[in-house]
Amino acid sequence: MTQNLVIIGAGMATGRALEHLLDAEPDAYNVTLFNAEPRGNYNRIMLSPVLSGDKAYDEIVTHTAEWYDENGVTCRFGEKVAGIDRTAKTVTAANGDVVPYDKLLLGTGSNPFMIPLPGHDLEGVIAYRDLEDTERMMTMVEGQKVVVIGGGLLGLEAAAGMAARGVDVTVVHLMGHLMERQLDEAAGYLLRKALIDKGITVKCSANSKEILGKDGHVTGLLLEDGTELPCDLLVMAVGIRPNTALAAEAGLAVGKGIHVDDQMVTSDADILAVGECVEHNGALFGLVAPLYEQAKVVAQTLLGQEAAFVQKEVSTKLKVTGCDLFSAGDFADGPGREDIVFRDPARGVYKRLVLEENRVKGAVFYGDTADSNWFFGLIKDGTDVAEMRETLIFGPAFQGGTPLDPMAAVAALPDDAEICGCNGISKGTIVAAIQDGATDLAAVRTVTKASGSCGTCTGLVEQVLGATLGDDFVIPAAQSMCGCTDLAHEEVRRLIKSKGLKSMPAVWQELGWKTTCGCHVCRPALNFYLLADWPVEYQDDPQSRFINERKHANIQKDGTFSVVPRIWGGITNPDELRAIADAADKYHVPTVKFTGGQRIDLLGVKGEDLPHIWADLNKAGLVSGHAYSKGLRTVKTCVGTDHCRFGTQDSTGLGIRLEKMLWGSWTPHKLKLAVSGCPRNCAEATCKDIGVVCVDSGYQVSIGGAAGMDVKETELLCQVATEDETMEVVAAVTQLYRENAKYLDRIYKWMNKVGLDWIKDQIDDPDTRRALADRFELSQSIYRKDPWAEHARDKAETYQPLANLTLEAAE
Amino acid sequence: MTNWIDIGALEDVPARGARMIKTAFGCVAVFRTGDDQVFALDNACPHKAGPLAEGIVHGTKVTCPLHNWVISLETGQAQGADEGVVNTYPARIEEGRILLDAACLMRRAA
Repeated sequence: MTQNLVIIGAGMATGRALEHLLDAEPDAYNVTLFNAEPRGNYNRIMLSPVLSGDKAYDEIVTHTAEWYDENGVTCRFGEKVAGIDRTAKTVTAANGDVVPYDKLLLGTGSNPFMIPLPGHDLEGVIAYRDLEDTERMMTMVEGQKVVVIGGGLLGLEAAAGMAARGVDVTVVHLMGHLMERQLDEAAGYLLRKALIDKGITVKCSANSKEILGKDGHVTGLLLEDGTELPCDLLVMAVGIRPNTALAAEAGLAVGKGIHVDDQMVTSDADILAVGECVEHNGALFGLVAPLYEQAKVVAQTLLGQEAAFVQKEVSTKLKVTGCDLFSAGDFADGPGREDIVFRDPARGVYKRLVLEENRVKGAVFYGDTADSNWFFGLIKDGTDVAEMRETLIFGPAFQGGTPLDPMAAVAALPDDAEICGCNGISKGTIVAAIQDGATDLAAVRTVTKASGSCGTCTGLVEQVLGATLGDDFVIPAAQSMCGCTDLAHEEVRRLIKSKGLKSMPAVWQELGWKTTCGCHVCRPALNFYLLADWPVEYQDDPQSRFINERKHANIQKDGTFSVVPRIWGGITNPDELRAIADAADKYHVPTVKFTGGQRIDLLGVKGEDLPHIWADLNKAGLVSGHAYSKGLRTVKTCVGTDHCRFGTQDSTGLGIRLEKMLWGSWTPHKLKLAVSGCPRNCAEATCKDIGVVCVDSGYQVSIGGAAGMDVKETELLCQVATEDETMEVVAAVTQLYRENAKYLDRIYKWMNKVGLDWIKDQIDDPDTRRALADRFELSQSIYRKDPWAEHARDKAETYQPLANLTLEAAE
Repeated sequence: MTNWIDIGALEDVPARGARMIKTAFGCVAVFRTGDDQVFALDNACPHKAGPLAEGIVHGTKVTCPLHNWVISLETGQAQGADEGVVNTYPARIEEGRILLDAACLMRRAA
């Protein structure tokens, strides 16, 4: 006698299972198919092309009414199942019909997860799951606004689909980069760039706070940071949860999903489950490949054949036109892993393979996914790649191809990219000059002026020569920044400006970094260049800073720290001194020392005590002295006209003013100043990075002194009449240094490279000087603050051990 | 035998960063790489016992803050021309929590 099979859910997994069943033994079962949606099986993963208008719904229907009819399937579409009676072996439909089964197959799928934000139940807040959601999004027209919460696969497909219809779409993503489960930062950066090019606004690291509405309908999304994003429709695409309600009610074993064994049988031998609703060996499934595999197994089990479901590696592709990305395997855990990275900035290509014991474990590709199936095969098969390791990243077709081009970054620059910042010379101008016969550096300089002023772009001009002339031009070897790149510091600086690179992953990708995330040499330098060039846009990265700047204290040889409060211009008072003495007592500071910069160093403070000692010092009005930073250290002063019988000006007052203007600023290397009240120079201003010597007629500002490994006297930059002018000159020259010098060059080293005359030209020109001072002030509007107060308030926890196991371990 | 213990949330360790934990037998540095792998090593450079948890993390390596020795987080080996090795301990992530093998941490005391 033919047995009764009842299937709950007409999705892609049960649909495929049904096909296998009917192919193998069409008469094995009488099939009844329930589906809550008022339609049969369609290809849900093709909803994105429907949304973008590339396909019509009819084209994505897998099983038509005729197909069900021909195969004798009793369809109960638009009908929910109310319950399962396992003892009687029946299911009850919503209308009360009782249908008996010999075997029951659950394919209840999953429910979209809705974040329970205030306002999530407003009209116009939807998920992206089925045809109804898709049709709702298709009602949006040009000029309307949509916010999508979730920068994963579904969210981005929804965003791109609507953007293609001219809708104004903003994607809000909680994590630091898009699709963080499938992509690393570099690929996430490229993807974000491509989406922005499509007119989509992307907000990462954005925390949603509340959904705003009016008259029951959504009007916008409020973020934690106070930003309000108005919208006519809000799509939540933050993940799915297996739909286990019916199974749980029937008393089946349920965890995150419906528990199944390798044969896809649940805890009841006559009930099977397949698809997104199941949990197998602790894993859930959302991608189509494993679901089809399950469907095959479940069909065989139903036919009494031996079969077992085995979890395999899965791969992801994003179905957004123009964004070719692929991710497969696992690049998250386990020791002994190696990376192979390939970047082609010109084509916007990023490829990364993760190897373990000569086998490919994971792969991320962006921009060129042509060989992705081959790599996916290597992952699935666990192929030993030792033999082809060197050329592996180039794919299966590689046969002695050309090596990586160190000039790729420059070759990729558009013609209007500015190479020489001093003279405003673009790449196109230089290329034209070369083509007109200027075939060496001197000739290019003569014809275009490029690299003729400060000279820091010389390396780049040479690379343009090389890229234009090919083998006819031999590029003099320049010292590259580190092993991660062939570019020198000056070249990287220039390219950050001319290509408008505003994040670390942008630099790594666009300049073809050879490592995934830089090293301890390039990261601190890049962090400085980015914050100096883009003070407003770039977010300082503490993880790219040396420990002293990350913890705002100087590490000592025994791992303790030294704490130096700021003493403005070297002037203090009894209250401050008492607070320092109290702090030294309270935190058992073993050594208290006067520094050469007219302040007091508390040496030997434990890392865990730092936020506490800072909070105590803050209470007395003391702030960080930045004695640990590549930034402003001290402004040393003599007593000047206040007390000294030789003083010509108020040197202490000016010193304090300068220190209050400059503190908190980051510079390529440390920056020390001094102001002397007369040419007797008691403050030793002429061996500082910037020194001011007061004279009867005004102020002599000189730069480029040193009293360390090298000893140098400063050279006169200019003499001005007033304190205000002195302030502007110092701000301007500091900014010029910040914008142009190589990381870890003190002013005297930078001056040797660009020449004092060039610096003088910039400072003597009133417009240039003012513009520099203005840019310094803009940067200071962000960085002129006390990091100690901030860390004591917000980050104190991070200074403590993550865990203390001393007690447990002793048991 | 292993004895996995929960020592904190993954998000409490910054990506490309580290945190220190105290044990009865010395401090252990727990590292998190840019792609969210975790590693545990003795918090002392083989050179002059510099606190590795304070170093710059790049790829699966850390640079000691005292004298720039580069240590592999996977093997504990000093890289390049430097020679030396740091003890490593099994560490893994489960549902956003960092787990260390306490049995292994204990064994080093013996």
